[in-house]
Amino acid sequence: MFGVLFEQTADGQRYIDWLLTGLGWTLALAFFGWWIAFAVGVVVGIGRTVQNRFVAALARLYVEIFRNIPVLVQMFLWYFVLPEILPGRLGDAIKQIPPPWGSFFPALVCLGLYTAARIAEQVRAGIEALPKGQTEAANALGLTPHLTYRHVIVPQALRLIVPSLTSEVMGIYKNTSVALTIGLMELTAQARQISEATFQTFTAFGAATLIYLVLALIAYQSMMLIDRAVRIPGSTPAKDAIEPALADDVQPGAALPHGMEVVK
Amino acid sequence: MNSLDFSILVQAWPYLWSGLLFSLALTVAAFVVGMLLGTCFALVQHFELPVVSQIVRSYIALIRSIPLILVLFWFFFLVPIVLGHLYGNGRPIPIGATWTAFITFGLFEAAYYSEIIRVGLRAVNKGQFEACQALALSTFDTYRCVILPQVIRVASPIILSQTIILFQDTSLVYVLSLTDLLGAASKLAQLNGRLVEMYLVVAMVYLAISSAASQCVASLRRRYALGGAHR
Repeated sequence: MFGVLFEQTADGQRYIDWLLTGLGWTLALAFFGWWIAFAVGVVVGIGRTVQNRFVAALARLYVEIFRNIPVLVQMFLWYFVLPEILPGRLGDAIKQIPPPWGSFFPALVCLGLYTAARIAEQVRAGIEALPKGQTEAANALGLTPHLTYRHVIVPQALRLIVPSLTSEVMGIYKNTSVALTIGLMELTAQARQISEATFQTFTAFGAATLIYLVLALIAYQSMMLIDRAVRIPGSTPAKDAIEPALADDVQPGAALPHGMEVVK
Repeated sequence: MNSLDFSILVQAWPYLWSGLLFSLALTVAAFVVGMLLGTCFALVQHFELPVVSQIVRSYIALIRSIPLILVLFWFFFLVPIVLGHLYGNGRPIPIGATWTAFITFGLFEAAYYSEIIRVGLRAVNKGQFEACQALALSTFDTYRCVILPQVIRVASPIILSQTIILFQDTSLVYVLSLTDLLGAASKLAQLNGRLVEMYLVVAMVYLAISSAASQCVASLRRRYALGGAHR
Protein backbone atom coordinates (compact mmCIF):
# COMPACT_ATOMS: atom_id res chain seq x y z
CA MET A 1 0.00 0.00 0.00
CA PHE A 2 2.83 2.39 0.80
CA GLY A 3 4.85 1.33 -2.25
CA VAL A 4 4.08 4.53 -4.09
CA LEU A 5 6.02 6.47 -1.46
CA PHE A 6 9.26 4.99 -2.80
CA GLU A 7 8.63 6.02 -6.40
CA GLN A 8 10.57 8.81 -8.03
CA THR A 9 9.11 12.29 -8.05
CA ALA A 10 9.50 14.83 -10.83
CA ASP A 11 12.37 16.47 -8.97
CA GLY A 12 14.37 13.26 -8.65
CA GLN A 13 13.57 12.55 -5.00
CA ARG A 14 11.22 9.93 -3.64
CA TYR A 15 7.82 10.81 -2.24
CA ILE A 16 8.91 9.60 1.16
CA ASP A 17 11.61 12.27 1.12
CA TRP A 18 8.86 14.87 0.76
CA LEU A 19 7.12 13.40 3.80
CA LEU A 20 10.33 13.37 5.81
CA THR A 21 11.10 17.01 4.97
CA GLY A 22 7.57 17.82 6.08
CA LEU A 23 8.12 15.91 9.28
CA GLY A 24 11.32 17.88 9.83
CA TRP A 25 9.48 21.21 9.61
CA THR A 26 6.70 19.94 11.87
CA LEU A 27 9.19 18.81 14.50
CA ALA A 28 11.26 21.97 14.29
CA LEU A 29 8.17 24.12 14.67
CA ALA A 30 6.81 22.10 17.58
CA PHE A 31 10.17 21.85 19.37
CA PHE A 32 11.33 25.46 19.18
CA GLY A 33 7.77 26.75 19.51
CA TRP A 34 7.45 24.76 22.71
CA TRP A 35 10.43 26.44 24.35
CA ILE A 36 9.16 29.91 23.42
CA ALA A 37 5.75 28.94 24.77
CA PHE A 38 7.21 27.53 27.97
CA ALA A 39 9.43 30.54 28.68
CA VAL A 40 6.74 33.14 27.97
CA GLY A 41 4.03 31.02 29.58
CA VAL A 42 5.87 30.66 32.89
CA VAL A 43 6.55 34.40 33.05
CA VAL A 44 2.94 35.33 32.23
CA GLY A 45 1.59 32.67 34.55
CA ILE A 46 3.65 34.04 37.43
CA GLY A 47 2.49 37.53 36.43
CA ARG A 48 -1.11 36.47 36.94
CA THR A 49 -0.48 35.53 40.57
CA VAL A 50 1.61 38.47 41.84
CA GLN A 51 0.29 41.16 44.18
CA ASN A 52 1.07 44.04 41.80
CA ARG A 53 -2.29 44.92 40.19
CA PHE A 54 -0.77 46.39 37.06
CA VAL A 55 1.37 43.34 36.29
CA ALA A 56 -1.54 41.00 37.01
CA ALA A 57 -3.84 42.94 34.68
CA LEU A 58 -1.22 42.94 31.94
CA ALA A 59 -0.75 39.19 32.25
CA ARG A 60 -4.50 38.67 32.17
CA LEU A 61 -4.80 40.84 29.05
CA TYR A 62 -2.14 38.72 27.36
CA VAL A 63 -3.98 35.51 28.13
CA GLU A 64 -7.36 36.93 27.04
CA ILE A 65 -6.05 38.16 23.71
CA PHE A 66 -4.02 35.13 22.76
CA ARG A 67 -6.61 32.60 23.87
CA ASN A 68 -9.62 34.21 22.26
CA ILE A 69 -8.37 34.70 18.72
CA PRO A 70 -8.27 31.56 16.56
CA VAL A 71 -4.74 30.34 15.93
CA LEU A 72 -5.28 30.57 12.16
CA VAL A 73 -6.21 34.26 12.44
CA GLN A 74 -3.15 34.86 14.61
CA MET A 75 -1.07 33.13 11.95
CA PHE A 76 -2.38 35.60 9.35
CA LEU A 77 -1.75 38.54 11.67
CA TRP A 78 1.91 37.58 12.08
CA TYR A 79 2.42 36.69 8.43
CA PHE A 80 0.37 39.26 6.48
CA VAL A 81 -0.39 42.10 8.86
CA LEU A 82 2.76 42.56 10.93
CA PRO A 83 5.12 43.47 8.03
CA GLU A 84 2.56 46.01 6.80
CA ILE A 85 2.13 47.88 10.05
CA LEU A 86 5.80 47.95 11.02
CA PRO A 87 7.67 51.07 9.89
CA GLY A 88 8.84 50.87 6.25
CA ARG A 89 12.39 49.48 6.37
CA LEU A 90 11.75 46.87 9.01
CA GLY A 91 8.53 45.69 7.34
CA ASP A 92 10.31 45.36 3.98
CA ALA A 93 13.16 43.48 5.58
CA ILE A 94 10.69 40.97 7.04
CA LYS A 95 8.98 40.54 3.68
CA GLN A 96 12.32 39.77 2.08
CA ILE A 97 13.18 36.79 4.27
CA PRO A 98 13.53 34.01 1.70
CA PRO A 99 11.15 31.03 1.80
CA PRO A 100 10.75 28.73 3.65
CA TRP A 101 12.11 30.86 6.52
CA GLY A 102 9.69 33.63 5.63
CA SER A 103 6.81 31.36 6.69
CA PHE A 104 8.70 29.45 9.36
CA PHE A 105 9.48 32.41 11.63
CA PRO A 106 5.96 33.90 11.70
CA ALA A 107 4.57 30.40 12.34
CA LEU A 108 7.09 29.85 15.13
CA VAL A 109 6.28 33.14 16.86
CA CYS A 110 2.54 32.57 16.39
CA LEU A 111 2.48 29.04 17.82
CA GLY A 112 4.88 29.95 20.61
CA LEU A 113 2.89 32.93 21.84
CA TYR A 114 -0.48 31.21 21.36
CA THR A 115 0.55 28.15 23.35
CA ALA A 116 2.19 30.41 25.95
CA ALA A 117 -1.23 31.80 26.88
CA ARG A 118 -2.48 28.28 27.56
CA ILE A 119 0.65 27.33 29.51
CA ALA A 120 0.29 30.53 31.55
CA GLU A 121 -3.14 29.36 32.71
CA GLN A 122 -1.70 25.97 33.71
CA VAL A 123 1.17 27.63 35.60
CA ARG A 124 -1.29 29.86 37.42
CA ALA A 125 -3.39 26.84 38.36
CA GLY A 126 -0.25 25.11 39.63
CA ILE A 127 0.75 28.09 41.76
CA GLU A 128 -2.75 28.44 43.17
CA ALA A 129 -2.84 24.75 44.00
CA LEU A 130 0.09 25.12 46.40
CA PRO A 131 -0.84 25.39 50.05
CA LYS A 132 -0.61 28.91 51.45
CA GLY A 133 1.73 27.68 54.13
CA GLN A 134 4.52 27.50 51.56
CA THR A 135 4.48 31.27 51.04
CA GLU A 136 4.04 31.92 54.73
CA ALA A 137 6.94 29.66 55.64
CA ALA A 138 9.11 31.42 53.08
CA ASN A 139 8.10 34.77 54.56
CA ALA A 140 8.90 33.52 58.04
CA LEU A 141 12.36 32.52 56.84
CA GLY A 142 12.84 36.08 55.61
CA LEU A 143 12.84 35.31 51.89
CA THR A 144 11.99 38.24 49.64
CA PRO A 145 8.97 37.81 47.32
CA HIS A 146 11.39 37.33 44.44
CA LEU A 147 13.31 34.58 46.21
CA THR A 148 10.05 32.99 47.38
CA TYR A 149 8.89 32.63 43.79
CA ARG A 150 12.26 31.52 42.55
CA HIS A 151 13.14 28.89 45.12
CA VAL A 152 9.83 27.84 46.67
CA ILE A 153 6.74 28.49 44.55
CA VAL A 154 7.72 28.10 40.91
CA PRO A 155 9.77 24.89 41.25
CA GLN A 156 6.92 23.17 43.08
CA ALA A 157 4.21 24.52 40.79
CA LEU A 158 6.05 23.32 37.69
CA ARG A 159 6.40 19.84 39.14
CA LEU A 160 2.67 19.78 39.82
CA ILE A 161 1.55 20.74 36.34
CA VAL A 162 3.56 18.29 34.23
CA PRO A 163 0.45 16.17 33.54
CA SER A 164 -1.57 19.18 32.32
CA LEU A 165 1.37 20.31 30.20
CA THR A 166 1.10 17.03 28.31
CA SER A 167 -2.08 18.25 26.60
CA GLU A 168 -0.27 21.45 25.63
CA VAL A 169 2.56 19.45 24.06
CA MET A 170 -0.03 17.51 22.09
CA GLY A 171 -1.74 20.78 21.20
CA ILE A 172 1.33 22.49 19.81
CA TYR A 173 2.38 19.60 17.60
CA LYS A 174 -1.12 19.34 16.17
CA ASN A 175 -1.35 23.09 15.62
CA THR A 176 1.84 23.05 13.53
CA SER A 177 -0.41 21.96 10.66
CA VAL A 178 -2.01 25.41 10.65
CA ALA A 179 1.31 26.72 9.27
CA LEU A 180 0.40 25.24 5.89
CA THR A 181 -2.01 28.14 5.39
CA ILE A 182 0.94 30.54 5.18
CA GLY A 183 2.83 28.27 2.84
CA LEU A 184 5.08 26.22 5.10
CA MET A 185 5.42 22.72 3.62
CA GLU A 186 5.03 20.77 6.85
CA LEU A 187 3.75 17.23 7.20
CA THR A 188 0.07 17.77 6.32
CA ALA A 189 0.94 20.03 3.39
CA GLN A 190 3.38 17.44 2.05
CA ALA A 191 0.75 14.70 2.38
CA ARG A 192 -1.65 16.81 0.35
CA GLN A 193 1.02 17.52 -2.23
CA ILE A 194 1.78 13.81 -2.60
CA SER A 195 -1.90 13.01 -2.96
CA GLU A 196 -2.23 15.63 -5.70
CA ALA A 197 0.87 14.36 -7.52
CA THR A 198 0.07 10.64 -7.36
CA PHE A 199 -3.72 10.47 -6.80
CA GLN A 200 -2.88 7.94 -4.06
CA THR A 201 -4.80 9.97 -1.48
CA PHE A 202 -5.33 7.05 0.85
CA THR A 203 -1.63 6.23 1.02
CA ALA A 204 -0.52 9.84 1.39
CA PHE A 205 -2.92 10.76 4.17
CA GLY A 206 -2.54 7.34 5.78
CA ALA A 207 1.23 7.77 6.05
CA ALA A 208 0.85 11.26 7.53
CA THR A 209 -1.74 9.99 10.01
CA LEU A 210 0.56 7.18 11.12
CA ILE A 211 3.39 9.63 11.67
CA TYR A 212 1.16 11.92 13.74
CA LEU A 213 0.00 8.94 15.81
CA VAL A 214 3.58 7.90 16.53
CA LEU A 215 4.46 11.47 17.48
CA ALA A 216 1.50 11.61 19.85
CA LEU A 217 2.61 8.37 21.46
CA ILE A 218 6.19 9.58 21.88
CA ALA A 219 5.06 12.93 23.31
CA TYR A 220 2.72 11.21 25.74
CA GLN A 221 5.24 8.62 26.90
CA SER A 222 8.02 11.14 27.41
CA MET A 223 5.77 13.43 29.42
CA MET A 224 4.80 10.42 31.56
CA LEU A 225 8.50 9.72 32.15
CA ILE A 226 9.12 13.34 33.09
CA ASP A 227 6.13 13.32 35.41
CA ARG A 228 7.35 10.18 37.11
CA ALA A 229 10.81 11.67 37.51
CA VAL A 230 9.77 15.02 38.98
CA ARG A 231 6.49 14.23 40.74
CA ILE A 232 6.51 15.54 44.31
CA PRO A 233 6.11 12.37 46.39
CA GLY A 234 2.63 12.06 47.81
CA SER A 235 1.17 14.95 45.84
CA THR A 236 -1.73 14.97 43.42
CA PRO A 237 -1.28 16.93 40.21
CA ALA A 238 -2.80 20.41 39.94
CA LYS A 239 -6.11 20.58 38.14
CA ASP A 240 -5.94 21.14 34.44
CA ALA A 241 -6.82 24.81 34.01
CA ILE A 242 -8.05 24.48 30.49
CA GLU A 243 -9.95 21.24 30.76
CA PRO A 244 -10.68 21.25 34.49
CA ALA A 245 -11.38 17.58 34.37
CA LEU A 246 -13.87 15.98 36.63
CA ALA A 247 -11.43 13.12 36.62
CA ASP A 248 -9.75 14.48 39.72
CA ASP A 249 -12.86 13.71 41.68
CA VAL A 250 -13.04 10.25 40.30
CA GLN A 251 -9.56 8.90 40.68
CA PRO A 252 -7.58 10.82 43.22
CA GLY A 253 -3.95 10.70 42.22
CA ALA A 254 -4.64 9.45 38.71
CA ALA A 255 -1.79 10.46 36.48
CA LEU A 256 -3.76 12.57 34.08
CA PRO A 257 -7.05 14.32 33.65
CA HIS A 258 -8.86 13.18 30.57
CA GLY A 259 -7.38 14.26 27.33
CA MET A 260 -4.65 11.77 27.77
CA GLU A 261 -6.57 8.54 27.50
CA VAL A 262 -6.15 9.45 23.87
CA VAL A 263 -3.13 7.43 23.05
CA LYS A 264 -3.32 4.52 25.43
CA MET B 1 3.32 51.95 5.63
CA ASN B 2 -0.09 52.89 4.27
CA SER B 3 -2.47 54.57 6.66
CA LEU B 4 -5.25 52.36 7.85
CA ASP B 5 -8.63 52.98 6.26
CA PHE B 6 -11.53 51.32 7.99
CA SER B 7 -14.16 53.05 5.84
CA ILE B 8 -14.10 50.07 3.46
CA LEU B 9 -15.79 48.21 6.27
CA VAL B 10 -19.08 49.83 5.41
CA GLN B 11 -19.06 48.09 2.06
CA ALA B 12 -17.51 44.91 3.38
CA TRP B 13 -19.83 44.42 6.34
CA PRO B 14 -22.73 42.56 4.66
CA TYR B 15 -20.35 39.98 3.23
CA LEU B 16 -18.45 39.61 6.53
CA TRP B 17 -21.79 39.29 8.33
CA SER B 18 -22.88 36.42 6.09
CA GLY B 19 -19.50 34.80 6.78
CA LEU B 20 -20.01 35.19 10.51
CA LEU B 21 -23.47 33.62 10.21
CA PHE B 22 -21.90 30.64 8.46
CA SER B 23 -19.32 30.27 11.25
CA LEU B 24 -22.08 30.39 13.86
CA ALA B 25 -24.28 27.93 11.95
CA LEU B 26 -21.35 25.53 11.70
CA THR B 27 -20.67 25.91 15.41
CA VAL B 28 -24.28 25.23 16.39
CA ALA B 29 -24.63 22.27 14.03
CA ALA B 30 -21.35 20.75 15.21
CA PHE B 31 -22.39 21.31 18.82
CA VAL B 32 -25.73 19.53 18.37
CA VAL B 33 -24.37 16.62 16.35
CA GLY B 34 -21.24 16.40 18.50
CA MET B 35 -23.20 16.31 21.75
CA LEU B 36 -25.72 13.71 20.55
CA LEU B 37 -23.10 11.47 19.01
CA GLY B 38 -20.65 12.14 21.82
CA THR B 39 -23.20 11.07 24.42
CA CYS B 40 -23.80 7.85 22.48
CA PHE B 41 -20.03 7.24 22.29
CA ALA B 42 -19.68 7.88 26.00
CA LEU B 43 -22.54 5.53 26.87
CA VAL B 44 -21.15 2.81 24.63
CA GLN B 45 -17.88 3.00 26.55
CA HIS B 46 -19.65 3.30 29.88
CA PHE B 47 -21.60 0.08 29.27
CA GLU B 48 -18.42 -1.52 27.89
CA LEU B 49 -20.32 -2.99 24.97
CA PRO B 50 -18.03 -5.58 23.39
CA VAL B 51 -16.42 -4.71 20.03
CA VAL B 52 -18.38 -1.46 19.61
CA SER B 53 -16.70 0.13 22.60
CA GLN B 54 -13.24 -0.83 21.31
CA ILE B 55 -14.07 0.66 17.93
CA VAL B 56 -15.37 3.86 19.51
CA ARG B 57 -12.31 4.10 21.75
CA SER B 58 -9.88 3.76 18.83
CA TYR B 59 -11.89 6.28 16.81
CA ILE B 60 -11.65 8.82 19.62
CA ALA B 61 -7.94 8.15 20.17
CA LEU B 62 -7.26 8.54 16.45
CA ILE B 63 -9.29 11.72 15.99
CA ARG B 64 -7.74 13.32 19.05
CA SER B 65 -4.18 12.70 18.00
CA ILE B 66 -4.22 14.09 14.48
CA PRO B 67 -4.65 17.75 13.47
CA LEU B 68 -8.10 19.01 12.53
CA ILE B 69 -6.83 20.17 9.14
CA LEU B 70 -5.76 16.63 8.30
CA VAL B 71 -9.17 15.36 9.45
CA LEU B 72 -10.83 17.88 7.13
CA PHE B 73 -8.70 16.64 4.22
CA TRP B 74 -9.51 13.02 5.10
CA PHE B 75 -13.25 13.60 5.15
CA PHE B 76 -13.20 15.72 2.02
CA PHE B 77 -11.67 12.69 0.31
CA LEU B 78 -13.40 9.81 2.14
CA VAL B 79 -17.03 10.90 2.55
CA PRO B 80 -17.87 10.89 -1.18
CA ILE B 81 -16.38 7.39 -1.50
CA VAL B 82 -18.29 6.07 1.50
CA LEU B 83 -21.53 7.65 0.27
CA GLY B 84 -20.91 6.14 -3.15
CA HIS B 85 -20.66 2.69 -1.64
CA LEU B 86 -23.73 3.21 0.51
CA TYR B 87 -26.12 4.70 -2.01
CA GLY B 88 -24.69 4.29 -5.45
CA ASN B 89 -22.89 1.85 -7.63
CA GLY B 90 -19.61 2.47 -5.85
CA ARG B 91 -18.80 5.61 -7.75
CA PRO B 92 -17.92 8.52 -5.44
CA ILE B 93 -20.71 11.04 -4.89
CA PRO B 94 -19.24 14.54 -4.63
CA ILE B 95 -20.86 16.45 -1.79
CA GLY B 96 -19.02 19.75 -1.85
CA ALA B 97 -16.99 21.56 0.73
CA THR B 98 -19.92 22.88 2.80
CA TRP B 99 -21.30 19.44 3.56
CA THR B 100 -17.79 18.18 4.20
CA ALA B 101 -17.31 20.90 6.80
CA PHE B 102 -20.59 20.14 8.57
CA ILE B 103 -20.00 16.37 8.61
CA THR B 104 -16.37 16.68 9.68
CA PHE B 105 -17.00 19.11 12.51
CA GLY B 106 -19.92 17.04 13.82
CA LEU B 107 -17.89 13.83 13.87
CA PHE B 108 -14.70 15.52 15.06
CA GLU B 109 -16.32 17.32 17.98
CA ALA B 110 -18.16 14.13 18.98
CA ALA B 111 -14.78 12.70 19.96
CA TYR B 112 -14.06 15.64 22.26
CA TYR B 113 -17.53 15.92 23.81
CA SER B 114 -17.68 12.18 24.42
CA GLU B 115 -14.49 12.33 26.51
CA ILE B 116 -16.02 15.07 28.65
CA ILE B 117 -19.26 13.14 29.15
CA ARG B 118 -17.45 9.86 29.75
CA VAL B 119 -15.46 11.40 32.57
CA GLY B 120 -18.67 13.01 33.86
CA LEU B 121 -20.38 9.63 33.92
CA ARG B 122 -17.62 8.23 36.08
CA ALA B 123 -18.03 11.13 38.47
CA VAL B 124 -21.66 10.28 39.25
CA ASN B 125 -22.05 8.87 42.73
CA LYS B 126 -22.74 5.11 42.83
CA GLY B 127 -25.66 5.74 45.15
CA GLN B 128 -27.55 7.37 42.30
CA PHE B 129 -27.54 4.13 40.35
CA GLU B 130 -28.52 2.13 43.40
CA ALA B 131 -31.37 4.51 44.21
CA CYS B 132 -32.69 4.15 40.67
CA GLN B 133 -32.58 0.40 41.02
CA ALA B 134 -34.43 0.62 44.30
CA LEU B 135 -37.09 2.70 42.54
CA ALA B 136 -37.26 0.03 39.83
CA LEU B 137 -36.44 2.47 37.03
CA SER B 138 -35.52 0.85 33.74
CA THR B 139 -31.94 1.36 32.53
CA PHE B 140 -33.20 3.75 29.87
CA ASP B 141 -35.12 5.86 32.39
CA THR B 142 -32.21 5.77 34.83
CA TYR B 143 -29.93 7.39 32.31
CA ARG B 144 -32.48 9.69 30.72
CA CYS B 145 -34.05 11.08 33.89
CA VAL B 146 -31.38 10.75 36.56
CA ILE B 147 -27.83 10.21 35.36
CA LEU B 148 -27.44 12.20 32.14
CA PRO B 149 -29.09 15.39 33.44
CA GLN B 150 -26.62 15.42 36.32
CA VAL B 151 -23.66 14.72 34.05
CA ILE B 152 -24.62 17.49 31.65
CA ARG B 153 -25.10 19.91 34.52
CA VAL B 154 -21.80 19.09 36.22
CA ALA B 155 -19.91 19.16 32.94
CA SER B 156 -21.64 22.20 31.44
CA PRO B 157 -18.77 24.68 32.04
CA ILE B 158 -16.32 22.34 30.32
CA ILE B 159 -18.78 21.60 27.53
CA LEU B 160 -19.24 25.33 26.94
CA SER B 161 -15.49 26.03 27.01
CA GLN B 162 -15.06 23.29 24.44
CA THR B 163 -17.77 24.95 22.33
CA ILE B 164 -15.86 28.25 22.39
CA ILE B 165 -12.79 26.40 21.15
CA LEU B 166 -15.02 24.81 18.50
CA PHE B 167 -16.18 28.26 17.38
CA GLN B 168 -12.56 29.33 16.97
CA ASP B 169 -11.69 26.11 15.18
CA THR B 170 -14.39 26.66 12.55
CA SER B 171 -12.00 29.22 11.06
CA LEU B 172 -10.00 26.24 9.76
CA VAL B 173 -12.62 25.63 7.05
CA TYR B 174 -10.50 28.26 5.30
CA VAL B 175 -8.48 25.30 3.94
CA LEU B 176 -11.59 24.13 2.09
CA SER B 177 -12.01 27.66 0.59
CA LEU B 178 -15.33 28.13 2.35
CA THR B 179 -16.76 31.57 3.13
CA ASP B 180 -16.85 31.66 6.90
CA LEU B 181 -15.91 34.87 8.70
CA LEU B 182 -12.20 34.47 7.98
CA GLY B 183 -12.85 33.14 4.47
CA ALA B 184 -15.04 36.17 3.68
CA ALA B 185 -12.36 38.53 4.96
CA SER B 186 -9.62 36.86 2.99
CA LYS B 187 -11.66 36.92 -0.23
CA LEU B 188 -12.43 40.61 0.24
CA ALA B 189 -8.80 41.29 1.08
CA GLN B 190 -7.76 39.78 -2.24
CA LEU B 191 -10.31 41.95 -4.08
CA ASN B 192 -9.67 45.32 -2.46
CA GLY B 193 -6.11 44.83 -1.26
CA ARG B 194 -6.90 46.04 2.26
CA LEU B 195 -5.79 42.88 3.99
CA VAL B 196 -4.45 44.63 7.08
CA GLU B 197 -7.83 46.17 7.92
CA MET B 198 -9.69 42.98 7.02
CA TYR B 199 -7.65 40.63 9.20
CA LEU B 200 -7.56 43.11 12.09
CA VAL B 201 -11.35 43.40 12.03
CA VAL B 202 -11.78 39.64 11.91
CA ALA B 203 -9.42 39.24 14.85
CA MET B 204 -11.42 41.83 16.83
CA VAL B 205 -14.72 40.09 16.06
CA TYR B 206 -13.39 36.70 17.16
CA LEU B 207 -11.84 38.27 20.24
CA ALA B 208 -15.07 40.03 21.20
CA ILE B 209 -17.30 36.98 20.75
CA SER B 210 -14.96 34.47 22.37
CA SER B 211 -14.05 36.58 25.37
CA ALA B 212 -17.67 37.56 26.00
CA ALA B 213 -18.58 33.88 25.87
CA SER B 214 -15.71 32.89 28.20
CA GLN B 215 -16.84 35.54 30.70
CA CYS B 216 -20.32 33.97 30.69
CA VAL B 217 -18.84 30.52 31.22
CA ALA B 218 -16.67 31.83 34.06
CA SER B 219 -19.66 33.37 35.83
CA LEU B 220 -21.63 30.17 35.30
CA ARG B 221 -18.77 28.22 36.86
CA ARG B 222 -18.65 30.57 39.85
CA ARG B 223 -22.38 30.31 40.41
CA TYR B 224 -22.19 26.57 40.10
CA ALA B 225 -19.29 26.42 42.55
CA LEU B 226 -21.40 28.27 45.11
CA GLY B 227 -24.24 25.77 44.70
CA GLY B 228 -21.88 23.06 45.87
CA ALA B 229 -23.92 20.32 44.22
CA HIS B 230 -20.96 18.03 43.91
CA ARG B 231 -17.88 17.45 45.99
